[in-house]
Amino acid sequence: MEATKLRRVDFVFRPDNTSIDVLRKTLKRDADDIILELIDSGLKGRGGAGFLTGLKWKLAKEAAGDIKYVICNADEGEPGTFKDREILDRVPRRVLTGMAICAHTIGAKEGFIYLRAEYKFLAHKLKAVMAEMNEEFKKLGLDFSVSLRYGSGAYVCGEETALIDSMEGRRGEPRNKPPFPVTAGYLNKPTVVNNVETFVNCCIIANIGADEYKKFGTDNSRGFKLFSVSGDCSKEGVFELELGMTLADFVEEFGDGDTKAVQVGGASGFCVPRKKFKDTIIGFEGIPTGGSMKIFNSTRSMYNVLHNYLEFFEEESCGQCTPCRVGCQQLIKGIEAVKRKEKPAGYLDELVKLAKVMKVASKCGLGQSVGNAFVSIVENFREEIVY
Amino acid sequence: MANTEMFIRDLADKHGRRRESLMPILQEVIDARRYVDDEVMVNIAKELDLSAAEVYGTASFYSFIETEEVGHYVIRICKTIVCDMKGKDAIIEAIENTLKIKLGQTTPDKKFTFKTTNCLGWCHKGPAMLINDDVYSELTPEKAIEIIESYMHK
Repeated sequence: MEATKLRRVDFVFRPDNTSIDVLRKTLKRDADDIILELIDSGLKGRGGAGFLTGLKWKLAKEAAGDIKYVICNADEGEPGTFKDREILDRVPRRVLTGMAICAHTIGAKEGFIYLRAEYKFLAHKLKAVMAEMNEEFKKLGLDFSVSLRYGSGAYVCGEETALIDSMEGRRGEPRNKPPFPVTAGYLNKPTVVNNVETFVNCCIIANIGADEYKKFGTDNSRGFKLFSVSGDCSKEGVFELELGMTLADFVEEFGDGDTKAVQVGGASGFCVPRKKFKDTIIGFEGIPTGGSMKIFNSTRSMYNVLHNYLEFFEEESCGQCTPCRVGCQQLIKGIEAVKRKEKPAGYLDELVKLAKVMKVASKCGLGQSVGNAFVSIVENFREEIVY
Repeated sequence: MANTEMFIRDLADKHGRRRESLMPILQEVIDARRYVDDEVMVNIAKELDLSAAEVYGTASFYSFIETEEVGHYVIRICKTIVCDMKGKDAIIEAIENTLKIKLGQTTPDKKFTFKTTNCLGWCHKGPAMLINDDVYSELTPEKAIEIIESYMHK
């Protein structure tokens, strides 16, 4: 495993005057050829879960049925993530081009952007761009149009099957898988659900080619990625970086000189303490992230950080499965009891066991990842939780 | 009220009467009235041929679909970690003092409801809040009071 050097790149936010040309060029290509190139590029989903995008498209293309859908997941709710908002605000045409390439590839006629309610202020501008792009699709002979759907403040709807249930007018409760959305998604039809940034990357790969794209990143983490950087930083905001750097390099660039820990991947990600910065690679061989990077300096109480995350999960758990619903409540009660000295410090080990049970027994990614933050904070900052 | 019946019928004409029309209809009621009451939900159920329980079950799942009466302006301040680190408590105190209500309450004139919410996606510019659909970031107590006062005069 070779780490890369921290390198800033500029692909996603480049001035966008090429999207239509990219689309025109790509529509002339065979679907299988597009899929092969996408698989070859190694692109993995940029929402956090990291499924191979080319494979997802391949499965949807091969799924039986005449009616298929393309959904852009703009329900960006992971604490500390705000890159999709920047993309939709600054380069929405690239997102729509990526969706159109997907539609051409899998044979979909209808697409949706599922926008979180918190980003509704973007809708006015976005609708105008969508209308314009839908016209362009028509002119290029592509029978595909995109419309807008809104979330209503539920974090769990970022999970693709919960998102689909929400679009179908139900409670946003994740479904049992399989079947996966690529075979039975929206209205039970084959559906590709990709993150905003993933569609932009598809558009970029269609433009520069897989060979050029593969020059960035590492074997397991190809390409580049947007990072949402916040907390105790020398600079905050959205930064586009090559994948595969060490956390030490990252902190050197963005930290305030007194960094104690970095939460990689948001509340559902992992907390890395200073002593592990050097050995932690940001990418699928180390700690993957949907983009959220929160930096904490030595003035911060990791008890408060953990408590804040647990409150978040307790509220956002959809409640349908017991390990997640009850587990979140018990983890909060547990650390509060330890803090108040009503329980001995050793009780934390019992709570770690509970968090690990939630990881295997919860139905969806929400409950499964509560343990990531919990275990990594408790193990690395135990004394801060106890005293 | 005939008024509500017509309102919901118009929304169903516009968005359709299938199950997948439910969220767009509920969301448009929120835009117009800020919350959905029992009468609205019963009427939606009739139009979409669903049970009222199904409509309530869906509506009550979503934190941005209020099923209890709220004010004309719903203020939602972000309480997630980075906004917390950047001083959201001071903002909350300033707004509570300005509106003379506590978090979770509605002003007696039904103009404002004050709530917390989870990450709004403005961590790099926290503390942040929403007033209905509008975002206000990089808040200070002074700035927050100024914003609230401008809404008081609307």
